[in-house]
Amino acid sequence: MAKLTLEDLRKKRAEAQKGIYLREGEFKGKITVHMGTCGIAAGARPIVAAFLEELEKSGRHDIQVTTSGCAGLCSKEPMATVEMRDSPPVKYGELTPEKARKIFQDHVLGGAPAVDYALGIGSERGA
Amino acid sequence: MPARRIELMLCTGTGCVAGGAFHIKQALEEEIARQGLEVEVSLVPTGCNGFCGQGPLLVVLPEQIFYGWLKPEDIPFLVQEHFLKGRPVKKLMFVPPEKKEPIPLLGDIPFFKKQMLLVLRNKGVIAPEKIEDYLARDGYTALEKTLTTMTPPEVVDEITRSGLRGRGGAGFPTGVKWDVCAAVKRFPKYIVGNCDEGDPGAYMDRSLMESDPHSVVEGITIAAYAIGASQGFVYIRTEYPLAITRLQRAITQARDYGLIGNRILGTNFSFDLEIREGSGAFVCGEETSLLHSIEGESPEPRQRPPFPAQSGLWGCPTVINNVETLANVPQIINRGAQWFASIGTEHSKGTKIFSLVGKINNTGLIEVPMGITLREIIYDIGGGIPEGKQFKAVQTGGPSGGCIPASQMDLPIDYESLKKAGSIMGSGGMIVMDEDTCMVDVSKFFLQFTNDESCGKCSSCRDGSDAMLEVLTRISKGEGREDDIAFLEELAPAIQDASMCGLGTTLPNPVLTTLRYFRDEYEAHIKEKRCPAKVCKDLIAYWIDPQLCQACLICQRECPAGSVYGEKNMVHVIDQGKCTKCGTCLDVCPPNFGAVKKLSGVPVPVVEHGIKVERKKRPAKPGQAQV
Repeated sequence: MAKLTLEDLRKKRAEAQKGIYLREGEFKGKITVHMGTCGIAAGARPIVAAFLEELEKSGRHDIQVTTSGCAGLCSKEPMATVEMRDSPPVKYGELTPEKARKIFQDHVLGGAPAVDYALGIGSERGA
Repeated sequence: MPARRIELMLCTGTGCVAGGAFHIKQALEEEIARQGLEVEVSLVPTGCNGFCGQGPLLVVLPEQIFYGWLKPEDIPFLVQEHFLKGRPVKKLMFVPPEKKEPIPLLGDIPFFKKQMLLVLRNKGVIAPEKIEDYLARDGYTALEKTLTTMTPPEVVDEITRSGLRGRGGAGFPTGVKWDVCAAVKRFPKYIVGNCDEGDPGAYMDRSLMESDPHSVVEGITIAAYAIGASQGFVYIRTEYPLAITRLQRAITQARDYGLIGNRILGTNFSFDLEIREGSGAFVCGEETSLLHSIEGESPEPRQRPPFPAQSGLWGCPTVINNVETLANVPQIINRGAQWFASIGTEHSKGTKIFSLVGKINNTGLIEVPMGITLREIIYDIGGGIPEGKQFKAVQTGGPSGGCIPASQMDLPIDYESLKKAGSIMGSGGMIVMDEDTCMVDVSKFFLQFTNDESCGKCSSCRDGSDAMLEVLTRISKGEGREDDIAFLEELAPAIQDASMCGLGTTLPNPVLTTLRYFRDEYEAHIKEKRCPAKVCKDLIAYWIDPQLCQACLICQRECPAGSVYGEKNMVHVIDQGKCTKCGTCLDVCPPNFGAVKKLSGVPVPVVEHGIKVERKKRPAKPGQAQV
């Protein structure tokens, strides 16, 4: 390949940085898709894929998509919890990939919870 | 690259590879594909993670969940439970010795907590075979800065002010070495990275090369710019195939990108780099021998001066730096001499990588700030001594270093304090010994090593090590003479004074330090024919206590020499004439009997054949009524 100039090197570095952001561990928001057996059966995996696609499109590197076990409300699966820094977590239920995309746009990027799909705000209390 | 949820940092350093890391890799790839997670989960083979005692191991990012001792059969469950369903698997996490609850996160594990990662800042975070990963972690920004904003004297000055000293062992100030070479106006000049790591139990340089080879390439290129060298070599032992492969790949990538080669990054500076493989002679770690080896000559040291900085490879000015020293350079350039000088002690700045091995719970590769105490390394990072045994000593600096006893636990680790204690920093091997280690045996082991590795050029080293070894062997056989200690103490300074290179001048160190701190053990061997640690075979005997033996026949069955006489219900007896002292009987005797004993310095009590065993009552279980 052609030798790099300073400019090229900086571009390459910036490009490479996009590839390793998961390793730096600084996140402003976290989307947790509940993936118990009930969640997977109800179609949670396409939800994960939809969130990841939206994340990719947004180019944001401070949002983490992750999974966790059953959230306990199996009849409302597929479910996801969106936690943005400095605001209470919001639980969404009966998701479809389309709803997931809208939640990503409105809540994650826009900062306003997609209330139409929300089951509740905040977490369950501990005993 | 599409967005992902999880990155799996799988250690593929030599230790984990030996433990089956590539089988784990295959199992992970298969299961990830089976579960259709290829897009969401990516697998990154990294260099040495450091916690070698837990290998094969895996760190799951971004959460930083640490899994150790993985087996291929664990993988399908792990992938399903954690990577698909988001439920971390407790049974594969690290559990500290003598604890029950696992510690899920890498950052909470004491082994990692007290470390300071500077040279190894990329270990386990990048794929060493991808230049993009190194670039993403600010790789080659120091080279950029050097070539575009600094003159060579400014680079030398920065390194001098940082207080960086050679990490290969002797601790010579790096900036001074560069300055001497930079001042010589004869060209061509050469720069050599010394990765000829030969101490038993040491693997710092190898791991550095396996986990972050570009940091060495960048460092050596900056060094070349500073001194005006146009060609560099990394001298690396051929026994390190993985390190060589990764370094070769890094050099090729850097050359393709124009980060080494002609007119680097469009500037007027040109420099190229090649690997030279050494065949594993210990003496090649010594700089003048190493240069001879690169030249294709017999690897023998030569007299200095002239120092290589004035006259080195093919008579040209040459700087030789350890690869760990060189890997520090980009950090110093990026973050400044002052920052570097703020870490460590008065005369020893920065961090040091050690390989922590021997009788220690957490075996592995560690990087710590200079000035940390031995106690912190052994108990906090190392997790103490296995099986609750007593810490006895630690050997630093390999065969050229010395033993530091438990009484010096609070010694801060730096070049000066180690020297004062009779040892050296060395390249960073740290061998921990417990109460079951015989110090005469240890000195004999190291002397055997240096005696084998002496190139033979100086008679003081060649014959001196022979003579020392002969005396040590005699002592360990119980044939020591009253004047042997005095003889060793007289011979040692003679070897040190008359030998030309570091191998000879340091080889008496293990003997001198053990004599200094464990003289009573030498005396016990010589005067009482007793080995206090019960290690030296000629001075010990295995014996079965007739009152404890329960005639279980296990030792009789397992003894490879057929030296145990035993029958059902009859006390077993070892035939001392046949016994080869392999220790199998001691290992297999059930711990609740504990009938096999090691004896030293006392006559072996005679036990008649045919004594009936005394049956011991089983101790009642707690809570159970005694009948």
